[in-house]
Amino acid sequence: MAGFILRRILMTIPVMLVVAIVVFLLLHLSPGDPAAIIAGDNATTADVEAIRISLGLDKPLIEQFLLWIGALLQGDFGVSVFNKVSVWTLITQRMEPTLALATVTMSFAVCIAIPVGVLAAWKAGTWIDHLAMGIAVLAFSSPVFLIGYGLVFEFARTLRWLPVQGYTPMAQGFTGFWQHLVLPAISLGLVFAALLARMTRSTMLDVLNEDYIRTARAKGLAPGPVLIRHALKNAAVPIVTTIGLGIALLIGGVVVTESVFAIPGIGRLTIEAVTQRDYPVIQGVILIASFVYVLINLGIDVAYALLDPRIRY
Amino acid sequence: MRAWIISTVVAALLACGQVRAAEQTLRVIAHADLKVLDTTANTTYITNRYGYLVYDTLFGLDSHFVPRPQMVDTWTISDDRLTWTFTLRPGLTFHDGAAVTSDDCIASLKRWMARDAMGQQLATRIAVFEAVNPSTFKLVLTEPYALVLETFGRWGAPPFIMPAKVASAPMSEVVTSSIGSGPFIMKRDEWRPGSTVVYVRNPNYVPRKEPPDYMSGGKVAKLDRVEWHYIPDANTALSALTTGEMDYYELPPLDFIALLKDNPEIEVKVIDKLGVQQFMRPNSLFPPFDNFKARQALLYLASQEEFNQAVVGNPDLYLKFCGALFMCGSDNETDAGSVKAPDLAKAKALLAEAGYKGEKLVVLQPTDRPPYNAATLVMVDKLRAIGVNVDLQPADWSTISIRRARRDPPDKGGWNIVITGHGGPDAANPVSNYWIGANCEKANIGWPCDPKLQAMIAAWSHEPDRDKRRAMIPALQEQAYTSVSYAPMGQFFQPIAYRKNVTGVLEAGMPVYWNIEKK
Repeated sequence: MAGFILRRILMTIPVMLVVAIVVFLLLHLSPGDPAAIIAGDNATTADVEAIRISLGLDKPLIEQFLLWIGALLQGDFGVSVFNKVSVWTLITQRMEPTLALATVTMSFAVCIAIPVGVLAAWKAGTWIDHLAMGIAVLAFSSPVFLIGYGLVFEFARTLRWLPVQGYTPMAQGFTGFWQHLVLPAISLGLVFAALLARMTRSTMLDVLNEDYIRTARAKGLAPGPVLIRHALKNAAVPIVTTIGLGIALLIGGVVVTESVFAIPGIGRLTIEAVTQRDYPVIQGVILIASFVYVLINLGIDVAYALLDPRIRY
Repeated sequence: MRAWIISTVVAALLACGQVRAAEQTLRVIAHADLKVLDTTANTTYITNRYGYLVYDTLFGLDSHFVPRPQMVDTWTISDDRLTWTFTLRPGLTFHDGAAVTSDDCIASLKRWMARDAMGQQLATRIAVFEAVNPSTFKLVLTEPYALVLETFGRWGAPPFIMPAKVASAPMSEVVTSSIGSGPFIMKRDEWRPGSTVVYVRNPNYVPRKEPPDYMSGGKVAKLDRVEWHYIPDANTALSALTTGEMDYYELPPLDFIALLKDNPEIEVKVIDKLGVQQFMRPNSLFPPFDNFKARQALLYLASQEEFNQAVVGNPDLYLKFCGALFMCGSDNETDAGSVKAPDLAKAKALLAEAGYKGEKLVVLQPTDRPPYNAATLVMVDKLRAIGVNVDLQPADWSTISIRRARRDPPDKGGWNIVITGHGGPDAANPVSNYWIGANCEKANIGWPCDPKLQAMIAAWSHEPDRDKRRAMIPALQEQAYTSVSYAPMGQFFQPIAYRKNVTGVLEAGMPVYWNIEKK
């Protein structure tokens, strides 16, 4: 297992290199650059050109790439071309809200989805199954922003129980932290919960039809242990895969939710950087996100082996 | 003893609570994210507003657009109008405690004049610019120039005074310091780019004694703290203002104004009496707009009301017609030369006279700027109605900003028409309104070329008498409407909204945060 983990970590190097080259080329070959935005709407052509030169955007592409990759190899992600704050600082500032939102969202989704999925599979074909899956389809089909606006209208604007927007770091108090995360986590978590519930139901149904489940029931085991110990554990591999991919998506940034609830997370950082052509920030965020994807996939593979003793690397 | 300790602790806690309760924090929904701190390199409104918080200016415009001293205490002009001597007010200090000196002013002005179009006009006329002593500096001109004070007190992108060591850095280095001498101090440790900018009151700021008037007078910071929150979603911003999470909304979408006016807890106010002017900018380098008749055709495309209906909607927030290129409501307002009624037949005839034969015309459509986008769609509809073969090319503003600066032919990455706009105070005179400038290669994008108009602008800028300058405007505007550097699409007003416990909001043309209190 240790060898497998080491090999996978080493494999991230060529992956990151390919990502770096592709991202750099895509960004620099697409139209627009940050100079015009820095200069502002009323800038003259000469102003824009002066800023392009000061940013080094007039240099040949290969020279710009080598400068960037050289700094990157020394752990320097560069600075934002706009506010001159280091890319690493910007990413770390945005990582806390994103991680907090991802953790609360996924916890909420798992807590709802797994029991509902197991229950639906156990009661397959009954009204409980139909109701659970009907709600799941509805939640999965509803746009996140619509759920978000609905929750804000009811719980923030009408009842005034929770804040409309923003993020409070945990260091400034747990109450504020929690209050600001409830609505975004629910609106985002409902979609993941729906997806997970359907996945759980489907894989549980497959497992519940296996011979060893029939044997367990024949031995007189209570439904609880059969469902949890024998069925759910064996159905866990695809569920864990879905959870892992969900976490990766959430850490990569959920732009709509972050925008609706004004959470300063990675998703908004990425979109703002893209629209402003803030090349160092886009490159830094995508590299980090790719690295996180690779790590999460590695974590999922390790989880497979822990959940299913037949899987060996 | 024990009772004394308890009572002391309780009293201290209560006092602490009172201090906290008395602390005034204004939570503002900023109209954009503050990205660039360099007020000379960047002309966006958000950077400009940041500048007015942390920096001070030598002069500021009053509500009649007359420059009044701000950092300057006294000034003299020699009889030949060539030598201007300025003395700073006593007690001016930067946020780091250093005194503001003549060297700081000269370095800041030099940096600004290298970039700003109005500053460049002054810079070309400077023979000597030197410090007389730490609080006095002297400007000697090569020829009389009437707009020295107007230049120093420019409304949009003014010359903010920063420490000389910051201002004298090479122009290629973007300013990242925020040490100014203004009424507020930026809290760098609380700055979260993309989310929050925090300012606190500058305890050492010495405001002028006069009452505040537009951008002049006493800048008394009554708030302890101003927080700019960037909330990109307009619905969320509206909810945050409605519930009281936020106090002040800098740029509520025009669609929301009626909703906000219905809310008894919210005040909606126009603080910019000159508003905003949008216009069509033809590219004068290529046919058909290299011919002034084709440019004139744009004046007859549609009524200003048609454009404003699409852009603004609410008739309370726009003028049905404003023929003044220098804005209705300004000192230079005149209808001379303007075209009030649309005439598509005439527009078509003018295009034909200019030699247009159905070639494809590239129109840039900024899809992420709603006012520009709406106006573009109306314009394209009218152009097609007169038989123009429009090649509408949608893109985000970033792409268009680059594209519109290209001098290539339209079929090789260039363009024929783009829509843009400017704030009223900047548009209000022939020098600060640099979209009207028609100095060919040196003109702003679109590169209009009209030596006669340029000569009239130069003559206007040399005339020291305000009334005489005013009398020169109608002829100047008539010439501008003949050569058509740009075709105005009307004037509209963008209100702000704030909760009614906020008082002292000034009509300064843009949101400023001095004089405001929160009850």
